[in-house]
Amino acid sequence: MSPDNPAVLAEGLTKRFSGFTAVDHLDLRIEKGEVVGFIGPNGAGKSTTIRMLCGLLRPSEGRASVAGFDVGRQPEAVREHIGYMSQKFSLYGDLTVRENLRFFGGIYRVPHGDFNERMRFAISMAGLEGREDALVRTLAGGWKQRLALGCAILHRPPILFLDEPTSGVEPEARRLFWDLIHELAAGGVAILVSTHYMEEAEYCNRIALIDGGRLVAMGTPSELRQRSLGGDLFEVDCVPLGAALKALGSAQGVIEAAIFGDKLHVVLGQGGLSADELPRFLADRDIRVGSVRPATPSLEDVFVRLVSTTRETRAAS
Amino acid sequence: MNIQRLLAMAYKETLQVWRDPRSLAVALLMPLMQMGLLGYGVSLDIKHVPLCVYDQENSQASRSVVDAFTASSWFTISRTIGSEAGIRSAMNHGECAAAIVIPVDFSRTLAATGSAPVQAIFDATDVNTTNIAMGYVQGVVAQINATTDARWDASHGVQPSLVGQVDLEPSVWFNETLESRNFIIPGVVAVILALVGAQLTSLTISREWERGTMEQLISTPVTPLEVMFGKLIPYFAIGLLDAAFCLAVAAFWFRVPFRGSIGILFVTTALFDLVVLGIGYLISVRIRNQLGASQVALLLTMLPTTLLSGYTFPIDQMPAPIRALTLIVYSRYYVTILRAIFLKGSGLADLWTPVLGLVAYAAIIIWLAARAFRKHL
Repeated sequence: MSPDNPAVLAEGLTKRFSGFTAVDHLDLRIEKGEVVGFIGPNGAGKSTTIRMLCGLLRPSEGRASVAGFDVGRQPEAVREHIGYMSQKFSLYGDLTVRENLRFFGGIYRVPHGDFNERMRFAISMAGLEGREDALVRTLAGGWKQRLALGCAILHRPPILFLDEPTSGVEPEARRLFWDLIHELAAGGVAILVSTHYMEEAEYCNRIALIDGGRLVAMGTPSELRQRSLGGDLFEVDCVPLGAALKALGSAQGVIEAAIFGDKLHVVLGQGGLSADELPRFLADRDIRVGSVRPATPSLEDVFVRLVSTTRETRAAS
Repeated sequence: MNIQRLLAMAYKETLQVWRDPRSLAVALLMPLMQMGLLGYGVSLDIKHVPLCVYDQENSQASRSVVDAFTASSWFTISRTIGSEAGIRSAMNHGECAAAIVIPVDFSRTLAATGSAPVQAIFDATDVNTTNIAMGYVQGVVAQINATTDARWDASHGVQPSLVGQVDLEPSVWFNETLESRNFIIPGVVAVILALVGAQLTSLTISREWERGTMEQLISTPVTPLEVMFGKLIPYFAIGLLDAAFCLAVAAFWFRVPFRGSIGILFVTTALFDLVVLGIGYLISVRIRNQLGASQVALLLTMLPTTLLSGYTFPIDQMPAPIRALTLIVYSRYYVTILRAIFLKGSGLADLWTPVLGLVAYAAIIIWLAARAFRKHL
């Protein structure tokens, strides 16, 4: 991989199965040391995309290169440079921790001199010291996932594809797992990780949001927030809510206003009412204002909004 | 092919067989069971046919006839009976499958004419047994005739002439004791090897699909050839061990005469092992669930090997189209080789056709198997 090549580059990547298009002209670019979150509803095409990037499925159209190798024409070269965790747990349950590591170490041709050290590293990373001889099927979810990650990085791949690695794992173990991901990224590894836990999207440098096989949006979490709302979100504590909502609904510069619990969420765009002017504006209309604070929308809201607006524009066109 | 990856594959597969009770049972218990069942159970010989004797005369001559039957291991005298009705009731009660009746004037007729009739009665509800028993009776009678003829000649002052006297002296080659066991047991080795080899390997790829480990495996740089040979190594070893066990049991326990070379036996057994492993592997690649794969493997190995290999049913007695069909039954070559090595002590010079058949078969199967597995979902 030359230093200026992106770790992953997909252009117009498409996968059609008989009758439907799972991935539809997807563009994706991932740099070294970057953690990209792959977010989307079930059946959006996340797994299919990852499988194409690993060389497990042949693209129907478009191209992708991983570590500078074409996934369609040089899948074996791609496989030398990647680590992959499939959606379903896929280590050998009837082998022990040590035996699994030894097997994957052999398959990835880890040099004999480095073998013991890398094995120790993987075991300590998974927190499995003292359980090296336990059969893998007897381990709890979190350990299994960390061991799977340990096996996938035995050969120090520059690129990692993790397909829902934390699904079904308890929250604390998920946290630990993300710490590991960030450590690896800090070492220069490019990581594409799909998840359906929205809070995990926050841990990513960038997010690729996909729906119906198409890329809906790509950017940092704050970029996506901005883009989805078209302005900045404020939380307004005021009474009575109904009158305030009515007043703000027709005010210039207000993109959206909605009741959120016992407060009001207001999105303000450019060139109209500003946040500083908001208390005066409401007070003039006999509304008592407690406070106006900037708020961050949850990423879940952002995704729902982005997906639904994209679906609307698609339906219209 | 990379040796480190190949060994890693073989290492993993060995551990998995070792920890899988079902595979282990197939590998270790099946040969023992089959060898016992087929070695003892399947026999085309009938021995110790229970025989009733109704000796109406009870003379020295008639007793010598009875003695001839007693002496043969084909019959056991189960009862001596005093009436015609007794025979019927003995047969009805299953006390005998055959009876001989010696008439009251037996020795007088014999002395006067040089020949006397003896009646043999058979329970023909089991036609097969009856046919065989009839043959045995004729055998015993022929023996009696030979001795009494000589005696009669001597007592009548006739010189036994050497000219014009046809003496039928059956000579049995290779299986002198005429035991069908010697003929069957070498073939049993082929049946067991086909069964065990294909059963074990039929699970090897389908198990990975079923458990979801295949997706991980094909995302690594391992090549299809490394997967195939790595997986086959432990099963190949198990197959050879099983074969060695069965062959040893055949030679030392069942005392099937072994006259050939161990070297040729080893090489041809290894070839046959490769063929059945390859077939099992091919099935496993095609059928992605273990149950289905193992059933198809059973169908493609047990059936042709038991029916069409000549192991029990002689190939030259089959109708022409079926005989042609046996040419593609790989086990017929091995069964032929096994029997020839065991009983005839044949060398490569005599066996080159079936050996070539096996070599060609192994080459084709391994070539197909190597191409069958693709690293795609």
